[in-house]
Amino acid sequence: MSELLEILDMPFFRRALVAAALIGFTNGFVSGFVLLRRSSLTLSALSHTMLPGIVIVVLITGSLTQAGAFMGALLASLFVGLGSIAITRHTRLPQSTALAIFFTTAFALGVLMLKYVHTSQDLEEWLFGSILSVSDADLKVFFAIACFTLLSATLFMRPLLLTLFEPNVAAVQGVGVRWMNYLLYALMIFALMASFQAVGPILSIGLLVVPGAIVSLFTNHTRWLFWGGGVVGCISAVLAVVISIPLNIPTGPAIVLVLGALFILAYFCSPNYSPFKRSPKPQQ
Amino acid sequence: MNKCTHSHTHGQTHELIIKNLEVAYRHNMVLEDINLHAYCGSSLALVGPNGAGKSTLLKAIAGLVKQRKGHITWSGEDNVQTRGGEFAYLPQHEEVNWDFPITVRGVVEMGRYSQLGPWKRFNKKDELAVERALALMEMDGELSNRQISELSGGQKQRAFIARAVAQEAHVLLLDEPFTGLDRDHTANLTRLLRKLAKENRLVIASHHDVNTLADIFDRVLLLNRRVVACGECQTTLSEDNLNLTFKNMANV
Repeated sequence: MSELLEILDMPFFRRALVAAALIGFTNGFVSGFVLLRRSSLTLSALSHTMLPGIVIVVLITGSLTQAGAFMGALLASLFVGLGSIAITRHTRLPQSTALAIFFTTAFALGVLMLKYVHTSQDLEEWLFGSILSVSDADLKVFFAIACFTLLSATLFMRPLLLTLFEPNVAAVQGVGVRWMNYLLYALMIFALMASFQAVGPILSIGLLVVPGAIVSLFTNHTRWLFWGGGVVGCISAVLAVVISIPLNIPTGPAIVLVLGALFILAYFCSPNYSPFKRSPKPQQ
Repeated sequence: MNKCTHSHTHGQTHELIIKNLEVAYRHNMVLEDINLHAYCGSSLALVGPNGAGKSTLLKAIAGLVKQRKGHITWSGEDNVQTRGGEFAYLPQHEEVNWDFPITVRGVVEMGRYSQLGPWKRFNKKDELAVERALALMEMDGELSNRQISELSGGQKQRAFIARAVAQEAHVLLLDEPFTGLDRDHTANLTRLLRKLAKENRLVIASHHDVNTLADIFDRVLLLNRRVVACGECQTTLSEDNLNLTFKNMANV
């Protein structure tokens, strides 16, 4: 017990807690959009793609910086995203198949190239995150991402929801659908970037999908998905960081495990969908 | 922008003019050489076989598909972007995400975006427009608070028509508005479309039932990638014209 209190005093641990709160909230908030957009699978592919992108940048520049990592991740996701669209257009393969081919290839390439990267971090940290080693500079980036997400999503909530619901009708009503889609992409990529550090590319999709899914089991109000998702994401991430220290388990998997456990609990307690209630509605 | 008040006491009308419109999806020509004049205060049915380009023509007018050639102007204006909200569009059923967590009232309230934009507050006037639209489509009361995923096909259709009505748009572009409606609601929608035309709006709708055409619409455009015929229902719906429209041109 005294050991835990001692750790609470450590700067690295406090930084990790703040990071978990910021990343958890941002990802939870954006998870509402991911749910409404039905794009979990696409995002999962993109998050895997970020690994080779970042590794290439590290190989070229020789160091790992936030700006470099961001550019690498962005370029790699764009490359895979556009590549899969091009393949879909010219063949009869569905886009999900093309995406699966591209992102697994890119991810394999990334893991392979990690061998040639000489940084202090090891493979495990690359793949599953290392929230305990975030710096003050990282925290500033997470804070900026959280602010941007909240501000832009609040300002444009109405046109965003119209776009997500039915883009054609929205466009005819004067919504700048194309810009709203760019904004959605930006929000998702930023959220992924933040969680890359916390849980790594493989598990980041969990942080970006589960909170909204949990909230959706309890409410029919669209707006609740975002704020509720933010709160659930924030609390889960912080809780996971706190329990991972005494239990001596890696924090990245701990965050996703907490979320997964919460989801199962929520499923059984949900007033609308619980299997214990009579005449349950089929959940999609 | 000269927004229409729908009163037109001085007899002024707005017109939709389509000139030499051509639309293609990749290498498939979907619409060719389309010319059309339509005026507000009337209703026009688009009739043709599957794949004739009815939905595409509606989307082209709405500014949703790229045109390869030609012009579409509304009261003299060429630019789709500037008319924001003067057009209302009803998509086909399968294009909508019915799992979206939203109530019927929420859907209809979305129709007011044309007036409110991203930031303006929902006021009494908007409330009234939503309430009226819900009542017109008989979606008020308990039904208005239901999730759209819990509605039947016909009710979904009525919710979306109510959204278009709440928009109080000048031009209504409706893709198969009668799909899924039962007898009573078909009669109800017929009355509504007639009323909208009388209010000096322009209603353009694709329709598949040739027998009921003349009861609902003033004019008809027979379409099979090109305009086969266009005019008053009585004179245009001749046996020859219908045969020309529905003969197997789409598969050539």
